[in-house]
This record gives sequence, C-alpha cells and structure tokens, in this order.
Amino acid sequence: MATTTAPTVTDLSSTTRDGLGSSPRRPDGTLKVTGEFAYSSDMWMEDMLWGMTLRSPHPHARILGIDITEALKVPGVETVLTHEDVPGAKRYGLEYKDQPVLAFGKVRYKGEPVALVAADHPETARRALERIKVDYEVLPPVSDSRRAALDPEYPLVHEEGTLKIHEEYHQSGNRVRYQPIRTGGFRDVAGEKEREREVLDALRARADAVVETEYEVGMQDQAFLGPESGLAVPEEDGGVHLYVATQWLHSDLWQIVPCLGLPEDKVRMTMAGVGGAFGGREDLSMQIHGAMLALRTGKPVKIVYNREESFYGHVHRHPAKMRFEHGAKADGTLLYATLEIIVDGGAYASATPAVVGVASSLGIGPYEVPHVLVDAYGVYTTNPPCGAMRGFGAVQACFGYESQMDKLAEKLGMHPVDLRIKNAMSQGSRIITGQELHSPLPMADMLQRARDLPMPVDRSELPDPSDLRTLPGGVAGTTHGEGVVRGVGYGVGLKNLCFSEGFDDYSTARVRLEIVAGEPNVLVHTAAAEVGQGLVTVKGQIARTELGVENVAINPSDTRVGSAGSSSASRQSYMTGGAVKMACEAVRASVFAIARERGVVPADRDDADLSLAGGKLVSAADGVLTSLADLLGESASGGTVVEETREHHHRPTEMIDPVLGQGSSHTQFGMCVHRAVVDVDVELGLVKVVALDAVQDVGKVLHPQQLAGQIQGASTQGLGLALMEEIQVKDSEIRNPSFTDYLIPTILDTPPMRIEVLEHPDPHAPYGLRGAGEPPTLSSTPAIVAAVRDATGRALTHAPVRPEDIVGIDL
Amino acid sequence: MEFLSPSTLEEALEAKSAHPDGVPIMGGTDVMVELNFDKRRPSTLIDLARVPELGEWGTDGDHTRLGAGVPYTKIVEHLSRSAPALAKASRTVASPQIRNRGSVGGNLGGASPAGDAHPPLLATDAVIELASVRGRRRVPAREFYLSLRTTARQDDELITAVLLPEPKGPQQFAKIGTRNAMVISVAAFSLALDAEKRTVGTGLGSVAPTPIRAEEAEEFLAAEFDWEGATLPSESLVRRFGELVASVTRPIDDQRGTAQYRTHSMAVMARRALTWSATEYRKGVTRCA
Repeated sequence: MATTTAPTVTDLSSTTRDGLGSSPRRPDGTLKVTGEFAYSSDMWMEDMLWGMTLRSPHPHARILGIDITEALKVPGVETVLTHEDVPGAKRYGLEYKDQPVLAFGKVRYKGEPVALVAADHPETARRALERIKVDYEVLPPVSDSRRAALDPEYPLVHEEGTLKIHEEYHQSGNRVRYQPIRTGGFRDVAGEKEREREVLDALRARADAVVETEYEVGMQDQAFLGPESGLAVPEEDGGVHLYVATQWLHSDLWQIVPCLGLPEDKVRMTMAGVGGAFGGREDLSMQIHGAMLALRTGKPVKIVYNREESFYGHVHRHPAKMRFEHGAKADGTLLYATLEIIVDGGAYASATPAVVGVASSLGIGPYEVPHVLVDAYGVYTTNPPCGAMRGFGAVQACFGYESQMDKLAEKLGMHPVDLRIKNAMSQGSRIITGQELHSPLPMADMLQRARDLPMPVDRSELPDPSDLRTLPGGVAGTTHGEGVVRGVGYGVGLKNLCFSEGFDDYSTARVRLEIVAGEPNVLVHTAAAEVGQGLVTVKGQIARTELGVENVAINPSDTRVGSAGSSSASRQSYMTGGAVKMACEAVRASVFAIARERGVVPADRDDADLSLAGGKLVSAADGVLTSLADLLGESASGGTVVEETREHHHRPTEMIDPVLGQGSSHTQFGMCVHRAVVDVDVELGLVKVVALDAVQDVGKVLHPQQLAGQIQGASTQGLGLALMEEIQVKDSEIRNPSFTDYLIPTILDTPPMRIEVLEHPDPHAPYGLRGAGEPPTLSSTPAIVAAVRDATGRALTHAPVRPEDIVGIDL
Repeated sequence: MEFLSPSTLEEALEAKSAHPDGVPIMGGTDVMVELNFDKRRPSTLIDLARVPELGEWGTDGDHTRLGAGVPYTKIVEHLSRSAPALAKASRTVASPQIRNRGSVGGNLGGASPAGDAHPPLLATDAVIELASVRGRRRVPAREFYLSLRTTARQDDELITAVLLPEPKGPQQFAKIGTRNAMVISVAAFSLALDAEKRTVGTGLGSVAPTPIRAEEAEEFLAAEFDWEGATLPSESLVRRFGELVASVTRPIDDQRGTAQYRTHSMAVMARRALTWSATEYRKGVTRCA
C-alpha cells in the first residue's frame, strides 16, 4: 500500500511493540481462520430449549385469530407465545417505536414474526409451528414507494392513530420523514411550488448544459455470514442474561427492557461472536423473543435463524428512486441541481429517518452548487423493512450524483475527472445544509491522483490472454475474447462519519492498570461491538501506546460498563478509540499523582516531563524514575490498582431545519475516490472488473493492514451493488432469499486493488483520524457502473447493472 | 426417516427395490438443500457413498465408463481428454468444496433443467446406465429427460454410470451466470462435432422444462459444415446456426434472468461455440494432413 504522509497532529511512532501505526495480529484472528471461533450460533447449554418463530406468509393481512391449541399438544413443546404474552410494551424500534414484538391486528411484511415456540429440539419446534393456526384476511400489498411518498389516496400501512407522529419530520400518511433542502434562488421561495418552478426555469435558461435522469438503486443485503442467533438464560433474580451478536448492546437493552416489563438492571447483555454485521444487526432480531421464551419456561433458550429466515429477519439497504437535474455553464461550472429521492423503508421505520437525513444533506455530493432544491422522502410500504447498511443514504445518492457528473461531462465534452475537479469542494466549503467542512478535504488532489494511477495492462499484454479466469464469465467459458470491450470510470463520494443530527453517541471505556506476576498489565473494558472491523485490535494498540505497557487484555464487551454506541457510521475508532485514549490518559495522570505522593518524582518536574514507557515511569530530564512494578506493587498482595472510566463525546451536532434543511448536522466527513477498469462482454452483458483502485484520506493510519482490509471490503461491497447484489422484490415478496440467488462477489469477481492512503488529520478527532469503513462503499459502485457505460455506451440507470441492461433487453 | 447405508451395489439395489420412494444420496448437494429447507421429507435416504463401483471410472469398449458417484473434481482432473465437454462443464459447477462432493449421478437424479452436466451428455450422445434388482439397462441421454424433473429412470432403479463416447471432434461448453464463479446456470450450451460420422450434437440447459437439443440446428450444421476442407464457416452460416439453436428455447422469466435474455444468450453462445469448434477442427485437419 502506498502511503502519502501529510502533516500530523500526534506522532504515532510508538516505542511500545504492537502500538499504534503497526499491524499487530487480531486477537481473534487465528481462531476465526481455523474455524474455532465461537460465533453466536455456536453457543450451547446442557438443558437449553430451541426457540423458533412463526412468520407471516403474507406481506399484508389482517389477523383475525391465532389458535395455538394443537401446537401445545406436540410432545416436547414447552411453550407457545403470541402478542398476548408480551409482558410490557408491545412495540419497539430503533428510532420510532412502531414495530410489534409479535404481530397483532395486522401483518405488514412477509416474514413478520407472529408467534414463538420453545421446544426440546428444533424439529419439534418446527412441527409445532406448522400446527399454529392463524386466520388471515389477506390485503393488497402497498408496494409502490413513489405512490407511498406522493399519493395521499394510497392505502396506509399503519392505520391513522396507531403511531406517535413526529412532526419535525413532516411525518404523515405513509411518509416516515420528508426533508426538503433549499439553497440559493430556491431559498426565498421554499415550499411555494409555482415560484420554485419559476426559479428552476430561470436557471435552466441560464445553463449551457442540462442533464435530467431518473436512477434506481436496488435493495442490497448486508449478506453477513453468521445468521441471527443468540442464547437467553433466565436468572435467579427473575431477570435474564442475553448472549447475542449485535452492533450496540445498550441500544438493544434500551429497546428490550420496556417490552419485557423489567427494570434495566434485570437484563444483562454479553456480546456473542459476531459473524458480520454491516448495519444489519442494528435492529433487534431474536433478542426479545429469546428472553420471553426463557422467562416463561425458566430454561435457557437458543434461537438460530436459517439462511432463508435471515433474509426475512433483518433490515436491508433502502432501495431508492431518484430524479436528478443538473445545469452547468459551458466551462463545466455547476449552476444548479435538483433531486427528488424516495427511499423505501418497508413496513417499519428502523433507521429510515436517519437515512433520509443523510440522503438529503449529502444528496448532491461534494460539489459546489449555488442553487439546490432537494426533496427527500422515506416511506412505509409493505415491502421488506429497510434500515442501516454501510454508507446508508449516501450510497444511494452517490450513485445518482456521480452518474450525473459523467453524463454532464459527456454533454460538455469534458473529461469526467476535469468536471469533478472544476466543482470540487475543499476545506472551508459549505455543503448544501450550510455546514462548513472544518478539516482538510483534498478532493481535487485525490481525483488527480486517481487518474494518475498506473493503468492495468492491456488484455493483449497479459501473460496468458486465453486464461478464462481473466475474462468476463470466467471459467464458464462464454468468451475467448469475443465481444469484450474495456471501459474506465470514476467515482467520488462524501460520507458523514459518526452519528448526526443532534445525537450524542458517546462511548465509554474503563481502563485498569495493575501488576500481575511482577509485570504491568492493562485491561480495557468497553461495551463496543467487534463486528469484524478490528476495533478489538485498535483498543489494545491505543492502550499500549498511551501507557507504554505491552501486556494488554481486552475484556469481553458487556453491559457492566457504559454504552459504547453503535459499531456503525465508521465511528468506533473515533468514539471508542477516543474513550480508550481518554481513560488511558486518566490512568496515566493517576500514576503520576501516585508517584508524586510517594516521592518518586523530583518536585520541580511537571507532568509534561513525565511519560510511561517500557513498563517504567520516565522523566524526560532525569531518565527512568521507577518501574511500574515497584511503584504500584503486586496487585494480589495489596498493591495499587489504577482504574479509570471515561466517556468520550464528539462535538455536538444539530438537526437540520424542516423547511430549508439548514444546520450543522454532521460530526465528521470522509471521502474516497475510485477508478474502475472493466472488461465487458457487450454481447452477453457479463462483466469482469479488471482493477478497482482507490484514493482515500483517513486522517491518520492506526493499523495499516486492517485499514487496507476495510477499504478492500467496502470497495467489494460496492462492486456487489454495481453488478449483482439485489434483493428482488415483486408485489412485496422476496424472489431470491438465498445465497444461491442473491449473489455476492467471489474472489474471481474481485480485482486487485491499488490503494493510496492520504493522512490529512482532522484536528477535532482523536489522533486526527477519520472513520474509514464506509466511504469506499459509496464511490466504488458509480465508478464501476461508469466504466461499464464507457465500454457499452448504454445509459445504465439501475444499480446493480443486469446483463439485460447491457445487451438492451427491457425489464 | 430411515437411513440406509449399503456397502455393495447389490445391497443398494435391494434397498431401492424395497424402498422405491427412497431418495439416494451421494454428495448431497441437491438433497441436503431440500432437506434443510424442508422442501422434501423422504421416508428413506439411501446413502450410496460406500458403494465402490459408483466411484470408479475406466474404458468400456470405445466409451469411457464414468461411475455415477465420481465427483466433478475427478472429472476435471482425469477426463478432460476423454470427455472434454463434460470436463469443461464440471469445472463450472459451484465451488471447489461442492465439486469435491457433487457427481453426475446426482445431476441426473435431480434432473434440474439447470444441471451443468446435462448439455454435454446430450451433445456427445452419452448413455445412462440404470440398474435394479431386475437387471441393468442403458438409456441414451437423448431419451432420458422426459418432463420437468422427470426422467426415464424407474422407481426401483439407481443411476449407476454414464457411458461417454470417445470424442471424434471438437467439444464445447459455455454457461451464463451473473458472476464469474460459483453460479447456477442462467443458460448453458454444449456443442460436439463428430468428424467420423459427420454429425453435430447440441445440448441446451436452463431454457426449457428439461435439458434439450436443437435438432434442426444440428442437421443444418451437419449438412453445411465443410467436413472435408475445414474452411471456416461464413458469418451468415454462423448466424443461422445461432438462430436455429435459439429457436428451440422455451425459457421462463425468473429471479436469475429473463426469458428474452436466455434466448438471446443462447444464440450468442451457439455462434461462439461453432466458431471455436471450426477453428479447432481446422487445426486438427491441418495437423493430420
């Protein structure tokens, strides 16, 4: 990986082995590679029961009755539960409490949980499910997201009066949130349709080139490999202990407790092995269900979804319908942009309000545009519920605005990179919400670097051009080179990092320093979810660097320590990393105080003179003062244990206003630029991505190898959205709920990636870092689709691009 | 559910005779999926993995006799000369792990129109060997597939082997999938030229309720191909062949692709397969001369 260094805030050249800036091995790495890691589905207890979920076979139906009599008669069945058995609140939800624990009155999507069974064997439970009789009155699906957003006559998914109305989001009818943004000439006429139209007409008249296009982004799945699973264990105090794979223990806890009708201290949560997340574990799945079954039967209950059930058991990426219009002067200067974006939230809100907040505020991308009109809608339908997925809201918009940039460049006869550079934002620019970009954003430089990266060799120069693995279609042998055309495309995306819009997503860390067997040992304890991203490694690196101690252990994540916030929004290095840093600083300060108290530090030396290194207390002026072992003493023999807990908050953000969409709503921004090179079989519509190269600014590299892994993974997930990944929904029903038919890229679909990392620090962030996990997911999709357009000349307005789109067959 | 695990073919045939509705299982690539997803609940499973004969291959006159349980990996490794089209198709089956377990017998037993082995068996005029306690019989692949997932196999019969004729000319296989590995066929095509008999064989997958041939295209090409001089076919001949192949398709729209795309891609694959075959044939003729 080529790394370019810019000025830094903090010198990370740690003298402690495996500190920041190095690439120590993941503590869970060997176990995962050898198949010995215990995922949440591997947990087992001697006397446990198996829980199973009866799901609605209809996307939309009234429940007239549920009869569990026959199910209870199946030998081995311990209990059958319906909505009548929910001990507390009947609804829960990430943002709005709109989702029933178990359906009552109506089902609003296919696969919605209706009843639960606990039995001595999964097969027994399955047979009992078959014997539950649910009397449904089937209703027509409410499946058209555009009508849900704009047609007041369209049937309601949630009957009037059933939900609390969030007026700040213009919630009404099937609208979960409507967010307008108006800048420039649109500002003074905001909301007056006629006058907005006049402003638009005037701008059109001033533009030398106008491009107007509708785009669609399909419903992507997180496609994590570990299905939803967990174990609920009843406890003697009448509470329950949940072992679950989740992205945010405390958010789960705060949703679970009211539904169980228990006080918060009666529900304990421990993180179980997470088999991937990507946003799909932000919402609850089996948590309340498992707890209800365990509390009712007095026995531990394990629930594991199978793969098909998993497709119904978690939220997906919102599919989006977008109408963009851009106008520019002949030299490429953007004059105005309009966007109508409708994201389909499905039956329940989940993260939809936040997705609309991102899709609107970042809807036009990192471009200077004086006049902007955005209308962003998130809606209820009876389609599968959609929520968080890597890059949410920004991914959908980015496919649209980047496609527009290419189209505009073509119309103006400009190179697509030149048009982007012409309108590129930089430090001090304001995005369309008026928020200033407070830290460096070297967008023009990044685009130039992406263009200048070496090109992959031409097919004719390959060592063996007839090697089928180098061709579209691979070893399936559909071409030996016939019909293959190469194309090149670019993409750039701007992503908000950490939570936005006034949310205080703080993180808590507890750090303990003690002497064990004569050596200093550090224990880092947070509730943060390790979802594969490598936070578990980074926490240890921070403690080693800050405390100069090599032996660092990471306590399992649980709710015995305060919230760490979610492992999402690229935020954990920033938020929990920052909390660990603060707690370490506090531990260090305590050690200095103890040393002073015990007369180890010469009186004229202040704390700035002191440091911890190699297990010793060191004075810059006087050298080693003492070892930590001597200073603190053996912990087991009454030595001093230093423990500090700290909360890390990012700078406050604010809501964007409901009329003009103005406000500083985001914490931090990240950017990645991609250049994709593809070979397309233009006759068969098959694609081989030849290169997918990235330039990303991460502020500061903490773990070079894990960083590369994040960029490669995010780029590949974007490749999936560009070329194959779509949950196909027809009349609100999923047509491909399996990994046989929901395709994700294999290694043969994934090209070599040249990654250039820039380090322009963010002065507000710990170590100057920027979250890195999401930005490449934005830019890789439009770059690949642009390259396919370059090869085929087709418009390609739908992501993923299907073979039919390339060969020109209507779908 | 009863689980039988015979260790000889004789025992296996007796088991199948006693349990005609019993489902044979080898690698389990189809059967286990159906069981796991609760799409099938057979009363009896007959595990054939321990029957030695099914895992063997060798020559049988002018044929290669391929035991029904030989995994795809072995076909790729050992039969690329004696059965080129089938070896090419085997290379496209699923993932390495599945190729280590899956077999042609399983493909024939399930008889999914998307099975990768079917087009080469049709194109090369392979023969299926069926056995029961009543004896053995041979059915040409071209008479084996009757209707959707229904074959000429009787309830008490097991598929024991496939007889693959010695290749007498170029053989091709191509398969469309929307990613570059590990994918179920959206459409597949196999072509085999027999220079001795001067005949042409085709096999089409995933474009009809069963694997099918394009007989008019076969006859057209057999008549028009320059068997003697090996001149490369004209563009119009290639195009006509593609049209004739595509004309027999009766595909459906499903989650893997549209009917129109399937028909379109069949014409493209047929044209290309013919061009590759003609080039190979020409090389062969030049070498012999």
